[in-house]
Formats: sequence, C-alpha cells, structure tokens
Amino acid sequence: MGSLVVLILIVAACVAAPLYANNIAHVDAFASNVQGTYTLNGVTGPVLVNSTEGLGLGVTPIGPTWNFSTYFLGADNQGRDVFARILYGGRNSLLIGFVSAVLCCMLAGLVGVVAGYFGKGVDAVLSRALDVLWAFPVYLLAICLSVVLINTTLTIGPWTLTSGSLLLPILIIGIIYVPYVARPIRGQVMSLREREFVQAAVGAGAKDSRLLRRELLPNVLPTLIVFLPLMTAINMLTESALSFLSIGVQPPDASWGTIINDGVGLLYTRPMVAIAPGIILAITAVALNLLGDGVRDALDPKARLRGSL
Amino acid sequence: MSEPLLDVRDLRVSFRTRGGLVTAVDGISFTVGRGEVVGLVGESGSGKSVSMLTVLRLIDNPNCVIEGEVLFKGQNLLELEGEVLRKIRGQEIAMVFQDPMTALTPVYTAGWHISEQIRAHEKVSKKAAMDRAVQLLEAVGIPNAPERVNSYPHEFSGGMRQRVVIAMALSCNPSLLIADEPTTALDVTIQAQILELLRVLQKEFGSSILLITHDMGVVSQMSDRVLVMYGGRLGAAGPRREVMRDPLHPYTWGLMGAIPPTDGSRAARLNAIPGTPISPADADRDRCLFAPRCRFATDACRPQPPLIAHKPDHADACVLPYAERPALRVQAISPLGVRA
Amino acid sequence: MWRFAGKRALAALLVLFAISVMVFLIFFATPGADPAARIAGRNASQETLDQVRVSFGLDKPIYVQYFVMMRHLLIDRDLTSFVNRGAKVIPQIQAAVPVTLSLVIGAAVLWMILGVTMGVVATAKRGTAVDPIIMVLGVIGISLPVYWLGEVINLVTQSRLHDSIFAWVPPLGYVPMSDGLGRWALSLFWPWVTLAVLYSGIYARVLRSEMVASMNEDYIRMARAKGISESRVLIRHALRTSLIVIVSLFGLDFGALIGGAALLTEVVFGLQGIGKLTYDSLQNFDLPVILGCVLYAAFFVVLANFIVDLVYAWLDPRVRNV
Repeated sequence: MGSLVVLILIVAACVAAPLYANNIAHVDAFASNVQGTYTLNGVTGPVLVNSTEGLGLGVTPIGPTWNFSTYFLGADNQGRDVFARILYGGRNSLLIGFVSAVLCCMLAGLVGVVAGYFGKGVDAVLSRALDVLWAFPVYLLAICLSVVLINTTLTIGPWTLTSGSLLLPILIIGIIYVPYVARPIRGQVMSLREREFVQAAVGAGAKDSRLLRRELLPNVLPTLIVFLPLMTAINMLTESALSFLSIGVQPPDASWGTIINDGVGLLYTRPMVAIAPGIILAITAVALNLLGDGVRDALDPKARLRGSL
Repeated sequence: MSEPLLDVRDLRVSFRTRGGLVTAVDGISFTVGRGEVVGLVGESGSGKSVSMLTVLRLIDNPNCVIEGEVLFKGQNLLELEGEVLRKIRGQEIAMVFQDPMTALTPVYTAGWHISEQIRAHEKVSKKAAMDRAVQLLEAVGIPNAPERVNSYPHEFSGGMRQRVVIAMALSCNPSLLIADEPTTALDVTIQAQILELLRVLQKEFGSSILLITHDMGVVSQMSDRVLVMYGGRLGAAGPRREVMRDPLHPYTWGLMGAIPPTDGSRAARLNAIPGTPISPADADRDRCLFAPRCRFATDACRPQPPLIAHKPDHADACVLPYAERPALRVQAISPLGVRA
Repeated sequence: MWRFAGKRALAALLVLFAISVMVFLIFFATPGADPAARIAGRNASQETLDQVRVSFGLDKPIYVQYFVMMRHLLIDRDLTSFVNRGAKVIPQIQAAVPVTLSLVIGAAVLWMILGVTMGVVATAKRGTAVDPIIMVLGVIGISLPVYWLGEVINLVTQSRLHDSIFAWVPPLGYVPMSDGLGRWALSLFWPWVTLAVLYSGIYARVLRSEMVASMNEDYIRMARAKGISESRVLIRHALRTSLIVIVSLFGLDFGALIGGAALLTEVVFGLQGIGKLTYDSLQNFDLPVILGCVLYAAFFVVLANFIVDLVYAWLDPRVRNV
C-alpha cells in the first residue's frame, strides 16, 4: 500500500507542475533564461555567468538551493528550473509509460487470446510473428523504429502523426513489448481451454464469442491487470532510455529521460540535473513494481508468496 | 507387548489463520507396535495426513502449532532438531505419499533417487548404492530393473512409479513405514498389486506400517489394527476384525454401511453418511464432532465423550450404552433407516 | 534428440529470414522518405544518390531490392558505409564483437553468481526479514535506469572520488585483452557491475518465485522425508528444478545483450561494441551498417534461442522425447 501512496504523490506532483511553476517558483520551465536573475535569501544574482575557463561559455552558479520556491534543484545550462522541468517531464514520462502499457496489454491480450483460443493455423502464424518480434533485442527494435519515424510525418488513413508527437514513442514502446505479455496469455488461454468449466461450456453448445467473452476473458483479465503496473514501469524505463538517446520525446517537450540527457553534459559540474530525474524515475519504477507484486497477491491468493511484500 | 515402536500421546496440531486458531488434530493418542500394520481411517479433512506429517516434522508452515509427544523408540521426535532428526527421517521412519506422479523430482532417474537416500544414511560408494537400487527395484517387482534404474520418473506408469517410491522408502530398512494413501491415485487393479507388494515386503523387511487411508477395503486387506479418525479426533480404535465385523461407533457404522455390496442385486441407493464432513475451522469442539451427523445424538454428546475400552483393545468414544449398540446399528444401516 | 534439434534449427532459420525481411521493410518500405536518401546518409550528393539507386536496385520491384541487399551483405560481403566513405560494414562489426563479448560475458558471470545467490538465500530465509530485504534490493536493481546508473558511477569514480578511493579506475574506454588481463578487467569492471545490477535483480526475483513454488511440491516433502540435509533439499531438488526456467531466461538475455542490447552501457562507458556501433550508425543514418548490425544481433538472439531449446531438453528430461 505504501507503494500506491508514493505513486499517487508522484502523479499528483507532476499533474500540479504548472501550479508549481506559475505560483510558487514563478519560472517558465521551457524558455531559456540565460539573461535572468534570481533572488535567494535577499541576495540577487544572475542565473548564468560567463565562465573564465575553457571556451568561456556560460555556467550556472546555482546548484540545488534546497529552497523550495527558488531553483530548488538548481538550473540547467539554459538557466531553466530543473525541479519545474522534472515535474513537467514526469507528466510525459508517466503518460507515455501508462498509455503504452495499456496499449501493450490490450494488444497482447487480443493476440494471446486469439492465438490460444483458435490454435492451429491462427496460432502458428501469430506465434511465429511473436517469435520474430521476440528475437529482436527490444532496444534495437525501438531504436530502429524511432530513428526511421521520429522526424517524419506519417499519415495512416485519417490519422496524421506529426513528427515529435508523443504518440510515436507510445506506439513504438507499446508494440515492442507485446510478445512479453502475449506469450504468457497465450499459454494461459491454452490451458484454460482444456479446463473442465470451459469444456462444459463447449459441451453446452456455447458459441465462440460467448466462450471468449464469458469464460476466457474474465480469467485472463487478472493476469493483464497484474502486468499493467509492471509494464508501466518497464515502459517508463524504455521511454527514458530512448529519450536519453534523443530518439524518444523531442524538444521542446521534456521527459525524465531528456532531462537526464541534458544533465550528462553537466555531470561533473551540476550533477543534480542528471541525478534527480534518475532518482525520481527509479522511485516510480520501484513503486510500480511493488504495486504489481501487491496486485498479483491480491488477485491470485494462491500465488501469494509467503514472506513477500 | 513391550515398549511400542511409535507412541503418540495427546498430539494436537493447529494452524494460526486470520480467522483465529484452527485445530486440525485434536488430541489423539495411539501406538504402533513392532512389526504391526496399523490402519488410520478417516474422511478427507479428518486430520490423518496432517498428524502423520507431524510425526516426521514435515510441516514447515511457520503458523503451525504442535503440542503433545511423539515417542519413537522412546525418543520424542517433536523435540529433535537438525542432524538427529535427519538421521531418523528415511533411515528409521520412511514415508510413501499419495501421488506418485509428483513425489519424485522430475529431473532425476529412479536410481538417482534411491541412491541419494542410501548415501544420505550410509557411507557407500555411488556404484554400490546404484547396485542396491537395482536390487530394490527388482524386489518391488519392476521388470528389467538394471535398465529401468536409469529411467526418469515420467517414463514410468503410475503404479511403477509408486513401486519406485516404495523401493526408495525401504532402501534403508526403516523400522516404520508411513504410507499416506499409497494407492488412492492408482487404478483399482494396480491398487491391489501395490497392497500385495506392501504386505509381502512388510513380512520380508519386518517393518511396521502405519497406513493412512479413507478406503475401508484397503484397511481390511492390510491392517492388524484400525484407528478411526473424525474431525481430528479418534472415534474408535481396535483390532481389525473387531472394528470391521463388530463396529461400535455410529461413525464406523456409517463407514461400513457406505461400502456398496458387491453381491446380490444392485443397491437401489447407496448408503451415504448424511450431512457433510465437518470443516475444522468452524466445528463446535465442546461436543462429539460426529453428533451433527449422528441419528442418535443427544445432549449427552456434550462434552466430547472420552475414548473408552469396552473390550480389551477395542475402544470408542461414544455415549451410547454398549449393550444396545448392535440393535441400534441395525437400525442405522437399514436402508429404511437412512430414508427416515 | 537429433530430430528435435533439426526441427528447432529449421524454425530458427525461418525466424532469421523473417527478421531480415522485417528490418528491410522498416528501412525500405516505411512511408515518409526516399530509401536512397536513407542509405546514402544525410546531405548526400545527387551523384551518391544515383549510385545508391543502381547499387541497390531501387528502381526494381521491392522483393528484388531485398535480394540485392542480402547479396551485398552476405555473399559479396562488400556492403560499404556511405556516410563513412569506404568503411566496409563487416570489418566494423568484427572489430566491435570482442568488446561486446567481453562486456556481456563478464557481466553475465557476475549477475548469475549474484542473482542465484540472492534467490537461494531469499528462499532459504523466507519468513525472516532477510527475504523481503533481498527482494526489495532486487526491485531497486530492476528499477534503476541502466544509463543513469552508469553516469552516476562515472561521476563518482571518474570525478568526485577519483583522487581518493577510486584512483585505480582507468579512464573510460575498452582495453583489449592483449594488453594484459588485469588492465582488461579493470577497464570493464564498472560496466560489468552496471549491467549486473539490473540483471541480478531480475534473476533473483524470478529464481525465488520459482523456488518458493517448487518448495510446495510433493517431491520436496518427499526429499525431506528421505532424511537428506536441508541444504541439499534446497540445492539439488528445489534449485535444480527451478534452474530450467533460469537457463531459458539466461539464454534469451545473453543473446539479446550480445546482439547489442547492452548499448546503453556501451554508450555511457564509451565502449566501442556492437550496441555503440548500431547507435552511432543510427545517429548518422548509416543504413548499411544498421542493417548489418541488426541482422548480426538477430542472428545471435536466434542462435541463443536455439541453444536454450537444446539445453532445456538436456535439463528437463520430460521434453526430450517430444
């Protein structure tokens, strides 16, 4: 339950990002603020000063101020408030993670149930297709798709995907993990198919549609629900990795991955820019994983592992 | 009789659950003599398996509370730990479980299983242990044993697998063999073979056998003495002939009556004991646990009557007057009586 | 057994073929851009574009294009990068392989030791505080972004504490084994740790849940009743049967990592492995190299799958005769 509370707090904080930026910190998280000033404890100073070393580029003097209303976690190399950016970035990270997990579970549920239920030729085709996807290292597949698609505008029927749209990472991440969920679902459906209560329904002359809807779906649904928080965690990590490689969320949008990427260049001078989003991402992922464990134990008491959390 | 081999005294097993303490075994006492075959009969859920697992301390549920004494050759097994307990398991007391399909680790051969047990208790070479495994497999009637010793569990049929388990159990010449429903999972024809095998081996090896079953037929074929368990308590105990031919407890009447006759015309209806077996969680433990299903239950059934010996060796826990029981039994098992 | 192996090998070849088609389609048939422009790289001259069109048969039907591509890659082995003029694809891959192999094999040894130990200890100590502590450590390992962990390790070992505790850490980059085993191992130590943190968490959790499930099996009770020691019950019975799952997981992960899934670690630690090569070529849109890398990766994943199937049959006698 603790994990759920942590999650709700993180989600609430990210949803409230504009509130924080406009009313508490009074910053614009997306506009560079190279010429700006800040006031801390009555002392005013520039956000960015020229460096006397190297190429003489600007450096930010403010690291974490630990003052909640003024550059709490410091500023990045464009003078933007890192904490506000983390809150805004969290919206994208959470959104992409969750929506792609829902998409993934729905697709996987569909593929798994159809393959497991109809068997034979349908199963052979779908299973081979899953094998092919499975044989691809996920990151490579995601990267291939991202690189090809990220800067193009796609038109599929009535839908248009503009470049830099958040839908693109959602779709890519949602699809690449389908085999991970679809395989166990297929196995489950195949064993359910042999169980007495399904056989009884078949014997009673139930139609395919009724069997799928009334007998199989209710049994598969808990598995999918267990997968949902786990996939959300994995997808958020994948999104951040893609964004870190600059092929996920595109600027001016931010996500935890892009902020870490921004921070890599500042690693030795302003480590907080890279460290903070990583920590919050890790905490979110831990909470989601523990939530997944909890949901599994709640839905399937038999699988409850003694002494687990 | 001298000191019994196994002497169970007031054994109580309960489990802590969210709904409070649930009693599975409620103060049972019995003995098993040397070379004796004792049958422990009861419906499923009567606590017979749990009490036997307790004897070898095989319940690893941390919420399990065990009280009483289990004396084996004078040693209280419930107080043993570590190496001493390990030496008794397998070497002194061996077990055969109900389902041979799941009792063998699937990735090892029959010979591996048997030699593992031998080498756990005796210092012998792998080769010598394997040779003994072959002899044991021959003894339990597995054809072509020198070859089959290298077969994996899934390559044996159910009956053959149970023979492997029995060979393993006997590999260290245990003085007590606990067989927990050894034939329940098998076909009827195989059941008879396995029982015959157990009987022959019992004579040959001289082990005592504690046979746990719900099948009166198995008990009548095998045991010297019979214990009848209901709801975690002993309802009756006595020599097989006495208990089977001249049962005293209304529950035993029911059990005996429930065996369908094999001669004459087909029974119009099967005699079942009315009601359902008690569930350990919500039983009223202050009275005879069978009372809710007993036609002769009265207020005298509260509190639980003690186990009283009416004849030497034949005891039961019932308040009905001893003299009237034969008449009452006729009434109890007549089809008319059941319908009434 | 031989029939089984043959069948699996055939299936593996089919999957390989399908993957090559899929990669080909991703780059040649996705809408939005001219494949010739993609192959030639960014800002290619008209001359290069024409050359590419002829060389890859882009005016011919799509299936011919596929075969032309495959011939360049596999038979003539003369696929060259256009971005990086004259650099042949196959030697580049050959140069990257030892780096990735060193990284992945070392990490695999580390994470198998760590993961299996954690899983077994957690199972043995279940019911005590040790078990949940190990499991939470596992979850944290899974939840840390790999590249972030790598950056933080770099920060600590290369900068903040480099002058004191971590003075022994060499600068980023790969040192080949021919320069001395010790220097090789030192250069890879932190990359190994970074990769192992993630995977040992996964393996510990999977192994524990498998082992706890098998601890409830009849054969474990039987093994205890035989009078063998508790540690033997745990290792020879519970662990041995759970290992089947772990081995199949290991094969897949190992194959994927060899195939380039370790690219985040490689990028962060500046190791010129397969993953880094793929990533760099993606950044430059160096399509011939990408194709080569992805096919190479798929080959290893499929090979790993195939080996897993065989090892599975060896570990679990039940599937041998299927």
